[in-house]
Amino acid sequence: MFRSFIALTLSLFATTASAEIDINEVTSPGGINAWVVEEPSIPFIAVEIRFRGGTSLDLPGKRGATNLMMGLLEEGSGDMNAQEFQTAREALAASYGFSAYDDSIGVSAQFLTENQDEAIALLRQALIEPTFDQDALDRVRAQVLANIASEGKRPNSIASTAFYSAAFGDHPYGTNSDGTVESVNALTQSDMHEAHQRALTHDRLYVSVVGDITPAEVGPMLDTLLGDLPEQGPELPDNIAFSLDGGMTVIDYDTPQAVAFFGHAGMKRNDPDFFAAYVLNNVQGSGGFESRLMNEVREKRGLTYGIGTYLVPKFHAEMMLGSVASSNATIAEAIAVTRDVWADTATNGITQAELDRAKTYLTGEYPLRFDGNSDIANIMVGMQMIDLSPDYVINRNDYIEAVTLEDANRVARELLQPDNLHFVVVGKPEGLESTPN
Amino acid sequence: MKRLLAALAMITTTAAAQAEEVTTFTLDNGMEVVVIEDHRAPVVVHMVWYKIGSADEPVGASGVAHFFEHLMFKQTDILESGEFSATVAANGGSDNAFTSYDYTAYFQRIAADRLDLMMQMESNRMTNLAITADNIATERNVVLEERNQRTENNPGALAREQFNAAQYQNHRYGVPVIGWKHEMEQLNIDDALAFYDLYYSPNNAVLVVAGDVQPDEVRALAETYYGVIPSEPDLPERIRPQEPPQRAERRITYTDPRVSQPYLTRSYLAPERDPGAQEEAAALVYLADLLGGSPFTSDLGIALQFDTQTALYTGASYNGSSLDTATFSVSVAPATGVKLSEAEAAMDQVIADFIANDIDPARMESIRTQLRASEIYALDDTQGLAQRYGAALSQSLTVADVQAWPDILQSVTEEDVKTVATKVLNRDQAVTGWVVATQEDAR
Repeated sequence: MFRSFIALTLSLFATTASAEIDINEVTSPGGINAWVVEEPSIPFIAVEIRFRGGTSLDLPGKRGATNLMMGLLEEGSGDMNAQEFQTAREALAASYGFSAYDDSIGVSAQFLTENQDEAIALLRQALIEPTFDQDALDRVRAQVLANIASEGKRPNSIASTAFYSAAFGDHPYGTNSDGTVESVNALTQSDMHEAHQRALTHDRLYVSVVGDITPAEVGPMLDTLLGDLPEQGPELPDNIAFSLDGGMTVIDYDTPQAVAFFGHAGMKRNDPDFFAAYVLNNVQGSGGFESRLMNEVREKRGLTYGIGTYLVPKFHAEMMLGSVASSNATIAEAIAVTRDVWADTATNGITQAELDRAKTYLTGEYPLRFDGNSDIANIMVGMQMIDLSPDYVINRNDYIEAVTLEDANRVARELLQPDNLHFVVVGKPEGLESTPN
Repeated sequence: MKRLLAALAMITTTAAAQAEEVTTFTLDNGMEVVVIEDHRAPVVVHMVWYKIGSADEPVGASGVAHFFEHLMFKQTDILESGEFSATVAANGGSDNAFTSYDYTAYFQRIAADRLDLMMQMESNRMTNLAITADNIATERNVVLEERNQRTENNPGALAREQFNAAQYQNHRYGVPVIGWKHEMEQLNIDDALAFYDLYYSPNNAVLVVAGDVQPDEVRALAETYYGVIPSEPDLPERIRPQEPPQRAERRITYTDPRVSQPYLTRSYLAPERDPGAQEEAAALVYLADLLGGSPFTSDLGIALQFDTQTALYTGASYNGSSLDTATFSVSVAPATGVKLSEAEAAMDQVIADFIANDIDPARMESIRTQLRASEIYALDDTQGLAQRYGAALSQSLTVADVQAWPDILQSVTEEDVKTVATKVLNRDQAVTGWVVATQEDAR
């Protein structure tokens, strides 16, 4: 059975106490920890798996190895080639997803209760015994190269790539995790095996399971699925300070609408002020039509279809980022208004009414996220990765409610740095020029 | 392989027992109502679908349906501009809207105990919008920037626009939903109000409420808020210019230096799902999967990506959810060093072979299994179920059609697929489009 078993019954809805979600913390006989929610009403199971590290674990000269490796897990394993593997998967009506991110890799699975053993056995084969056949490697490599070429012609990608490169230089965050044409062309089968051994390890593993399965059944299932992975992964990269100064970088590109990607340093997820910053950002730039930026740039002036800002606390650096797109003739005005809003919020703060509105929205919206097996599995695995405990689900709205106007406005003064905003603009923007380095 | 076969047999047994709980009724003023119960979480999705889309627009006013969707968030007799969304947000919900060729829909996702407030506001803006010339000027710029973002900055979207215009020469499916730029620039308050007065009425709308609700409670609320709105006596019958028979192949090359990967698409006119007649559409779902569903198991994928290295990507797609004639399309992105003409010839060979040869029964069974399972997975997504009903009812299908669809899909035979393939895969009823960065690539 399990070594530990803690069940927490969480009431998510203050107004309707009947709604509950039982998060069970399970440790398998083999020592794998997982969060489990049993939801028997629909006969399928959603599993979300993450390994910390991700594409940041690429070795020097091997940029793109982790990304390509993840793309190959569904392309042949055990004694099956790519087509045999996919034929078997389709016969089970299971779906598997393999993703590579900066700081983690993700494996998602959905399968029917009634053929769960077969679905798990097939997924195990992909995770533990990938073959990285040369023909699959070459085929997927060509797709990655096409993707790199395509990103090189998309205004949004051109802008964000330039921004990250200027902000992070040689750190993995400074380069595209797909790799370069040169690095991807040089990757070999042995690079794939090496990336696989580095990226999928027990010490960086997070798991959540939601659906038609009891907590008691989950442990043995996970031991079958993941028990044979290596114990330990390599060292993670160092933390890095955001090092881009305020200013403007214009990249000439012949397209009718200019795209701006902008930001400055941000705040760590475990900072005591994080919730104040989160509420503040909702008021300024992420609160849909009600945010200050959306109101000033879109609703009042019609300069854009959308503008948004985001707190981006990565594992090794933290940023506050935003993006906006406007015609070449009007992007300068859109950026000027954005700077003004930034400066006004930093100097004068937000109002009590704005704070209250943001809190009502954020606390009301939170429980709405928990309405599907896959959604709940995703939320739970994300919580584990940033060291939250299951009772965070209950307490989270209290953290939002606890933010005072003084907190929000102190954080506004500290966090929002209008002079440090750096804009990368791609297009043929009228009236904008790059600032000297 | 025995284990897999055993698994298939088991899927058959339980999938049939799973279905969403649906109640339907019609208000006295003609408004149709669909209630989908899902009591797993105290959440509700409230949607109003108007049976009016871009393909119903007056000539010369392309984009007005979508533009009007934006204006619906402005002031009414009791709500200030922006107050609708602000109120939804203040109650912890989110709201949005979308426009397509056949419908315009508005929705909120919110705690179930706020349904009353949502209906109050949504019913208010069905008839009491009070837009001004100022609203028009600013919001017109917003939709022009939306067009910039979605289309002008995206060579693939610009190419698609050209191909659609070539595909539909008489039907309004040939005009983009967001509108042609030169017509969008001229949209005015008269266009907007004429559109609103005629089409935004209960007898032209479908209400879909999905989530933690009881049908009786929804009926009472719907009667209170929507039931009191008079029906529109002058609502015109929905007759749109139909596409004449296409008698000659059409070909287009779209050139744009922002294209990084050349590709080609072939799009054939194809039957859509019709009330009481969804069998051909069901067979086309299989055809799309067999020809180009998965790169690993479809005919195009196997021939062009595995047996030969002709293509980087292949695909086939068909969506039968359409009021009028739909399309079936295949696409190929050639591998490095392969010309578009070579890729197209290889694609045509696969299509010819498909029509000449028998269909593997194991592939049919695999698709059947996946379609059965997709009905189980679909139950996890209440909003998706709501959309399924809202779209269908806006496109002339009935609730019975929606509920019959999974069984019709299960009963498709190899012969049905061959018959529909022979009928649809005819180049004289198709547009072939090449997308390239330079003229040199167009060979």
